[in-house]
Amino acid sequence: TAICQSITQLMMWYANNAKYFPPPSTAKDQFQEELVIKPLHSGDIYASFQFRTQWDTDFLLGSKVSHYRLFPKSLGQVISKFSVRELHISFTQGYWRTMQWGQPFLPSPPGAELWVWFQDTVTDVDLAWKELTNVLSGIFCASLNFIDSTNTVQPSASFKPLGVGNVTDQRFLRYAVLPREIVCTENLTPWKKLLPCGSKAGLAVLMKSEKLFHSSFHSQALHIRPVCKDWQCKSTSWELRQTLNVVFDLHTSGQGKREWSLFKMFSRTLTEACPLASSSKVYVDITDNPQLFELSPATPLVSQAVVLGDGRTYSVYDLTDHATFGQTHSLNVLLRWRAAEREMLRPLLHGERYVAGYGLQTGEIHTLVYNNHPYRAFPVLLLDTVPWYLRLYIHTLTVTSKGRDNKPSYIHYQPSKDRLQPHLLEMLIQLPPNSVTEVTVQFERALLKWTEYTPDPNHGFYVGSSVISALVPSVVAMDTNNTQERPLFSSFFPCKEESTYFMRIYTEPLLVNLPTPDFSMPYNVICLTCTVVAVGYGSLYNLLTRTFQVEEPSQGLAKRLANIIRRLRGVPLLT
Amino acid sequence: MGLLSDPNRRRALTNLLTRLNAPICVVCYLAGVMWFMGLAFEPFTLRTYMSENAMGSTMVEEHFPAGERALATGREFAAHKKKVGGMPVNWLVKTMESRGLEVFTQSFTRKLPFPDENKERYLVRGTNVYGILRAPRASRTEALVLTAPCSQGNANNQAVGLLLGLAQYFRSQVYWAKDIIFLVNEHDLIGMQAWLEGYHHTNTTGGDWSPLHGRGGSIQASLSLELSSDVITSLDLVLEGLNGQLPNLDLANLFHAFCQKIGVLCTIQGKLQRNDWESTSGYSHSAQTMMLMVLKQASGRPWGDHGLFLRYHIEAATIRGINSFRQYKTDTTTIGRLLEGMYRKLNNLLERLHQSYFFYLMPSLTRFVSIGYYMPAFGLLAVILLLRALDLWVQLGASAPGTEDGLAEREQSPSSPGVLSILTPVVISHMTGVALYCLPVMSQEMAVQHFPVSETEAVVLTAIAIYTAGLALPHNTHRLLQGEGTEHGWRVLKLVALLYLAVLLGCTALINFSLGFILALSLVPIAAFITPHTHKPLSAAIMVLLSPGCTLLYCVLIFQELQETPVSLQDGWMLFLSVISQGILDHSLYGSLVYPLLALLIYPCWLLLWNILFWK
Repeated sequence: TAICQSITQLMMWYANNAKYFPPPSTAKDQFQEELVIKPLHSGDIYASFQFRTQWDTDFLLGSKVSHYRLFPKSLGQVISKFSVRELHISFTQGYWRTMQWGQPFLPSPPGAELWVWFQDTVTDVDLAWKELTNVLSGIFCASLNFIDSTNTVQPSASFKPLGVGNVTDQRFLRYAVLPREIVCTENLTPWKKLLPCGSKAGLAVLMKSEKLFHSSFHSQALHIRPVCKDWQCKSTSWELRQTLNVVFDLHTSGQGKREWSLFKMFSRTLTEACPLASSSKVYVDITDNPQLFELSPATPLVSQAVVLGDGRTYSVYDLTDHATFGQTHSLNVLLRWRAAEREMLRPLLHGERYVAGYGLQTGEIHTLVYNNHPYRAFPVLLLDTVPWYLRLYIHTLTVTSKGRDNKPSYIHYQPSKDRLQPHLLEMLIQLPPNSVTEVTVQFERALLKWTEYTPDPNHGFYVGSSVISALVPSVVAMDTNNTQERPLFSSFFPCKEESTYFMRIYTEPLLVNLPTPDFSMPYNVICLTCTVVAVGYGSLYNLLTRTFQVEEPSQGLAKRLANIIRRLRGVPLLT
Repeated sequence: MGLLSDPNRRRALTNLLTRLNAPICVVCYLAGVMWFMGLAFEPFTLRTYMSENAMGSTMVEEHFPAGERALATGREFAAHKKKVGGMPVNWLVKTMESRGLEVFTQSFTRKLPFPDENKERYLVRGTNVYGILRAPRASRTEALVLTAPCSQGNANNQAVGLLLGLAQYFRSQVYWAKDIIFLVNEHDLIGMQAWLEGYHHTNTTGGDWSPLHGRGGSIQASLSLELSSDVITSLDLVLEGLNGQLPNLDLANLFHAFCQKIGVLCTIQGKLQRNDWESTSGYSHSAQTMMLMVLKQASGRPWGDHGLFLRYHIEAATIRGINSFRQYKTDTTTIGRLLEGMYRKLNNLLERLHQSYFFYLMPSLTRFVSIGYYMPAFGLLAVILLLRALDLWVQLGASAPGTEDGLAEREQSPSSPGVLSILTPVVISHMTGVALYCLPVMSQEMAVQHFPVSETEAVVLTAIAIYTAGLALPHNTHRLLQGEGTEHGWRVLKLVALLYLAVLLGCTALINFSLGFILALSLVPIAAFITPHTHKPLSAAIMVLLSPGCTLLYCVLIFQELQETPVSLQDGWMLFLSVISQGILDHSLYGSLVYPLLALLIYPCWLLLWNILFWK
């Protein structure tokens, strides 16, 4: 029952979640944009753009839609044609360094990730998925067409719908990751074109690709889901969220001066909001201000929010207000660093993965999950997708925490089929407080057919990130010292939203070498094998199978003739 | 194939082979040796060339400016090392962190099977410190490693300084596509072993290390830096790794290419390149260089900190700064630029280094001999064993009454020896081998109690004692079983020994050509010509002189000679003893296979031959 509780708890969270978001508005279409700037402990800076387009159409009812205002037509058509209920796609270049940067607002694995919930009216989900990936591949200029049955899975618990609705039958879910996908400007341009203002006005003017890709981490994502139209939630509308997360590196960009500004990050300043936007804001995380850095220009607007279980304070610049831009008609937020702290963080939940062993025959995948909470245990859902060419020995699966066997309370395993489907392993594991849980499983490396190797086979083959989903106890309740000034009456019982929060983290992808033939020497190989077969094997086989008989020495012609005559005459033959 | 299936022609062929067997064998042996010596002759070798496209045509620029600062860091490191009396862990962690790396430490403990007198250590405790430079927008799948040892005394301080200087400089560059791991390892190879096993989560030799917490994915290449002076005259490249493994030749090419580009004198085996190959001295120079490589490779031990990486299929080499009395000096900035260039090229790699050769010998840095060229030298030696075996086979067949196809009839012939009489010497020899492998380490305590020697001496002397005792084993057990040893008996035994030796040497040469070749050079002549009918004392003396143990002694002496540090026989003997103890230690610490190979297989095989000599 504990399992069911944990899973339902997770599902409840998903279901509740969707209801909280919709804004109370009656306008037909809506567009909001915001940028969050968060100075990180390491001295780097994290910029997160979010663009939200809301579209009040309900073609779940079957009405045909041809008029598009703010919502991009290309995506609208995709949703209606393939009966998509939810679509989440992310392109990421780099790995989010949890130990240095803390948690991201929206996690994503390196490479491309796509997961889609289809309507329950779709009959052939696999076909719709295949066509959808090809269409998306065209829209985003990405290699999503490489998604096929060998890297698609249907997770049973890790990816639940984030929008309204209560269909949770995994038959309508498809999930795929392409860890090798490289993200660059050709993916950014089509992504920018989906915005109502393009990159002409508003926050999107900051997105110059030569700066965005001169960073430590770059991730762009797009989420489509149905949300409630109003508080009664009688009808739904479509929400499109486009997010872009970038982390700029302190070391490579500013040697001597420890300061950041919008201009330095993006080589642009803000001059106006997108005219189509109903709200356009820049948030700067000032929770650590003023010990860590100094912010200018100052703004009177301050907003407080609980983000990822932690109470944060933000300075807000409202771009729809002309006063924000001041005399110079441009906004250039400037942060000046004071202290240089570089201690590594201890995030509550943290994951790592690596391949152990040596040689090209077997190996072992180790996944480490850290629970750094001092006294609370919590369950996590671990999702592992492993390509078929690593043959998992599932009987060697071990889960240990603090040196003891930690039996997963729920295991969903789908074995692989050669050249058809990958391994899928989903587990619900209880993490003891302040512990490292190690999940290990051994595998054997398959020998591929020679046409199945990728163009540079000695680079290795990728295994996508593991996904760890969890409801993590909040640090707000852990906070005992009252440095943050909060009324006493508000801080005794932790309220529900703050007590746990949902978190998803991705481990690093793996690069595994498979036994690789020497492709540069086909001629030598052919010559050698042919020679060995012909000379060595052939002669040995010949000698082994042949029966030897002593042959009569051949008779001379004269003797043969004499014998014929003798036979005719009936006298004994000559020998 | 008619040649073999036609009985007449087969008979003709075997007749030829048996009649001319001895001359053919002698010719083969001489040809093998000549071929091998010819490998060092320049017109017979190939010029090295860069095979990897990703490293060949791509241009990189080197700008590393901070050699002086690196030396200052090195001095600071030396001061802290002195103060702490070992690895200054805290200082290193702080320094690496201030350079923007993710820093981790790993502690390890290792108890040696017996005290190492060369390095004066028994119970080793240490800490490795490493910092990872995370490549921007890379997903932690690939890494390069740069290591510098934290040595005792004043050695290698400059290497650590340069490592930290490079870390700082690399951190501010934007072009990295692979994570770079900067590792300072304590207790040289023991620390390196602990780190590598920690990184790959294996435990091959039973060490005790704490797990690593930061990784950078699969390591593509690694360089170890050894630098003990502020300026150097030349850089020496060390390639030989554990069990005679070598890194891909492209790594050596890369080093050579950058030495040329930047203008640093570079050497291999400590020998400069010479251009006068026509002259005798030029030839002997390259022959010496190659012989040094062969001897080092045959020893099967890692000749630098890089040696242990090779097991994990990581291309690695050690770069050693040498400061001699030459006039022309190179400063640290230049070495830094050289390393920067090498790392930038390695960073450009799309695949692991695999295009070039893994099996090669180098008579100089610009010349190499690939496996296809050197294998015939071994093949010519190995074929002697097969020829002799064939000869014996035919003789055995012929002596059986009235058949040509010896095998089937011989089994029934009354004079043929039973399986037991062959098996007993084989088993006894191997038991001696097992004793030689196990007893020295196991019985050291007892030996120390009863004799006035140290543990190390006890181990080495026990090994020598068992080795010598093997000569006096009861060799004629077959007489207990069958009364008198027959002609047939020793022939079958010799046939078995010949084939066994051929297989052994063949396999060894495939893995480690040098070891296989050296063993073949000494064992093939005695294996080929030993019979019970030769002059006993003389043959016995020759056999002992050509036994594996004595071969090792000659190798030690020749090695010293080639290194231009000749030793007297007395010192040579001491060196020989320490080489034995090092061999046993290498086996138990890093998993080197030379000692078990010699003790468990080669020595018993030699004992079988010894057995034949005293067959009665």
